[in-house]
Amino acid sequence: MTDLVELTIAEALDGLAKKEFSAVELTQAHLKEMEKARELNAYVLETPEIALERAKKSDERRAAGKAGKMEGIPVGMKDLYCTKGVRTTACSHILDGFVPPYESTVSQKLEDEGSVMLGKTNMDEFAMGTANLTSYYGAVRNPYKDKTNPDKFLIPGGSSGGSAAAVAAGLCMAATGSDTGGSIRTPASFCGIVGCKPTYGRCSRWGMVAFASSLDQAGTMTRTVRDTAIMLEAMAGFDPKDSTSANVAVPNYEKALTGDVKGLRIGIPREYNPDKGLNADVRHVWEQTAEKLKAAGAEIVDISLPSTQYALPTYYLIAPAEASSNLARYDGVKYGLRVDGNSLDEMYTNTRTEGFGKEVKRRIMIGTCILLEGYYETCYLKAQKVRRLLCHEFAEAYKKVDVILAPAAPETAFGKDDDSTSDPLKMQLYDVFTVPSSLAGLPAVCVPAGTSEVNGLPIGLQVIGNSFQEETILRVAGTIEAMSDMPIRPLRVGGK
Amino acid sequence: MSYIIKGETGDWEIVVGLEVHCEVISKAKLFSGAATTFGAEANTQVSFVDAGFPGMLPVINHECVEQAVRTGFGLNATINKKSIFARKNYYYADLPNGYQISQSDHPIISDGYIDVDLENGETRRIGIERLHLEQDAGKLMHDQHPSKTFVDLNRAGVALMEIVSRPDIRSPEEAGAYLRKLRSIVRYIGSCDGNMDEGSMRCDANVSVHRPGEPFGTRAEIKNVNSIRFVMQAIEYEAMRQVELIESGGKVVQETRKFDSVKGETKSMRSKETAVDYRYFYDPDLIPLVLDDAMIERLRKEMPELPDAKKKRFIEDYGLPAYDAGQLVAEKEIANYFEAAAKGHDAKKVANYIMGDLFAVLNKQGKSITESPVKPENLGRMVDLINDGTISSRIAKDVFAFMVEEGKTPDEIVEEKGLKQVTDTSAIEKMVDEVLAANPDKVAEYKGGKEKLLGWFVGQTMRASQGKANPAMLNELVKKKLDA
Repeated sequence: MTDLVELTIAEALDGLAKKEFSAVELTQAHLKEMEKARELNAYVLETPEIALERAKKSDERRAAGKAGKMEGIPVGMKDLYCTKGVRTTACSHILDGFVPPYESTVSQKLEDEGSVMLGKTNMDEFAMGTANLTSYYGAVRNPYKDKTNPDKFLIPGGSSGGSAAAVAAGLCMAATGSDTGGSIRTPASFCGIVGCKPTYGRCSRWGMVAFASSLDQAGTMTRTVRDTAIMLEAMAGFDPKDSTSANVAVPNYEKALTGDVKGLRIGIPREYNPDKGLNADVRHVWEQTAEKLKAAGAEIVDISLPSTQYALPTYYLIAPAEASSNLARYDGVKYGLRVDGNSLDEMYTNTRTEGFGKEVKRRIMIGTCILLEGYYETCYLKAQKVRRLLCHEFAEAYKKVDVILAPAAPETAFGKDDDSTSDPLKMQLYDVFTVPSSLAGLPAVCVPAGTSEVNGLPIGLQVIGNSFQEETILRVAGTIEAMSDMPIRPLRVGGK
Repeated sequence: MSYIIKGETGDWEIVVGLEVHCEVISKAKLFSGAATTFGAEANTQVSFVDAGFPGMLPVINHECVEQAVRTGFGLNATINKKSIFARKNYYYADLPNGYQISQSDHPIISDGYIDVDLENGETRRIGIERLHLEQDAGKLMHDQHPSKTFVDLNRAGVALMEIVSRPDIRSPEEAGAYLRKLRSIVRYIGSCDGNMDEGSMRCDANVSVHRPGEPFGTRAEIKNVNSIRFVMQAIEYEAMRQVELIESGGKVVQETRKFDSVKGETKSMRSKETAVDYRYFYDPDLIPLVLDDAMIERLRKEMPELPDAKKKRFIEDYGLPAYDAGQLVAEKEIANYFEAAAKGHDAKKVANYIMGDLFAVLNKQGKSITESPVKPENLGRMVDLINDGTISSRIAKDVFAFMVEEGKTPDEIVEEKGLKQVTDTSAIEKMVDEVLAANPDKVAEYKGGKEKLLGWFVGQTMRASQGKANPAMLNELVKKKLDA
């Protein structure tokens, strides 16, 4: 029998259907793999009992002819999805011991479609970070190795670092991620997997621990584009419990994967190609991919998105502003951590001082400040105006092109102890290519397109589409995937 | 007639603006499906949304939106087809999310007015700046534990309409009249029960003083006053305090004050310097609230007749004096009772009986008009009996008393008790003759010029008739006989 953790979702569904193996066997194989790879710290909570129980039920459903879209597929759940009866902390100390009495819409849909949750994956605290270094539960190790320095502890990217590492290392077949300013796409690029952030409103936010409500969007992390299509279809859809969720029918995404890009107009935004701040290998993979797409019949169009340079500062005003308010509920009164004090104010201060990590505090402080009288007009409102301008520029661009092709991250995965990791401003620069589409609420998928010649690490490219054009971006991503000669499995740290 | 405070150094005028929080009558809260039953056991009317649990999201309750629109019609205001919810951020243990969802620069209702009647017969128009929807907070309970404070979130998330008047109020009396009128309107509409003692209507008053002809002074805000009488007292006290402060060389500071209803004083709570910056911003969990025309039109058509229209109709259709009409329409139930009693009868007389005898009885028995022991149709019928001469208005007093006690119809009472008025001339004549025959000395006195005795004879004869003789006829006959 093939190694079950090597399979893609599509292959596994096939094998399950043909009774080559059972969901319980598939789950057991992944649980074993998780045990072997604990040094990656990809999971903050493993739930083997729940997993085996669900796998058993899945086999029963399949036997009864009631298989769902993800029937029997073992998945990792980012720790910001509230899971009923299973500790959920968003990897923050302040949510110590919080066990939600409810299940998020997205995780519920995945369960309803038959998927089997293996555990909660590590992440940056409250999804604030680009390297998965802010988690209360410690850093995650990227399963890939730098060929020039194989012992170097590489970060997986963030904030969905645990999910990305788990998917890359075969510790689950797919995982949920969430993307506020690049939290799916950056780790997908660093870990050589496919990460899709759909259109804002495509998936329900109900039951997701909020970071920045106007930007947060659930998404998929898988090893292939086809798997992304399968999983996204299971997760997406209108939810009356989320007022910002879109009442738009969910298409069959797998059908969109025709591999045909003939006649498609692919935009290359010149602002994403700065003289400084873009790794030569990344640029090379980008250029090469564009050429391959052209050879496959696509039309490559040079476009301009002039306000791109303002996207990063805009994002770092809006997201913290919303976060400062969203995180006010963690006050020690109702659940999670409480550090007592002699007065209510003292209890608040003690709890929040101890409960939040440095990066979260920094963003709460910035966000609080931005909303104060005086700064509100000069910072927050101005940022909103720039956001509208960005949306407008994208809308103009999509009159000329069908999708936009861009790098997902300016370079490959870096070391946990690299100098840049201690400088929050440098860390923010890793979001430079991902935040514009987040601000515009557009769907974007990061797909592995090549590796660095220098260090052998994976390089992902983003395909950004117009609103609700997930089918088009997946079609292009599928073509890129087929054309690239990426190995599907990393040179793993854990396991074998 | 303006309200003037006579200070040591001259006259002062006052300016008042009121912010009234009305708890919306609705089955569920503003952004959650939790129930809103008043007086339920602590923390039994709470959803995870109300308790600020992670990942929970607000969803607007359209029932509350419709109540706000109806109230907007009642306030003669503009219904804004697009309004936006914003977060008002502050920390307190009764505020689970750390912010209150409210509306800031785009309220659902704006620019209205209500007309209030004053005791001197004047009508004053008070502008309404806005009405916006927002969430109520929970309640802290300090008396449950020696060192801990408990939180009850039953009220957290319940919909409130904050109705902000323009600074058009010029006296405590006007403030009282405004509140009574506002309460009357929301009760007519059924959007708020208006019970200030239960906290379902709460009032903040902004008060300032200035010399006639000069610009408005600095205002102080008195928070959370819980009865109309206290609002009037608080304004009176606060205006006086400001006048005395300025006249003794002090300066009014913009601040929040609290009214102590026992001492009848206002006390400083916090000044503007220490005021909280609420960091308002549009709530990204919600999309702008857009009302469609069909809904607005439907609600407009469904609007009940409101006090002003009813008053006008009562004056026109029933010929009531403005004052009486105003009294009768103040409460919808009274107006309904009046209409049920007056229909097809002498409305003016019915109104008099309601405002006189009936109110007295209800007052004494501590009952509301809906619990009236006298059915409206019986009151109307009694007035008919008076007007067609079956009973006199004197006898009517007895009939009314019997109706209160026994609840029977006036016809039954008149029949059973034999209270029918005697209008037979010969019968009355006979009674007069008997009285005159029995009192020859008094007759002589009368004839000797003591004409005052006429009333005595009338009284005697009336008594002999057990009050049933028609008073006019009796009067005439006595006079005729004595003068004969």
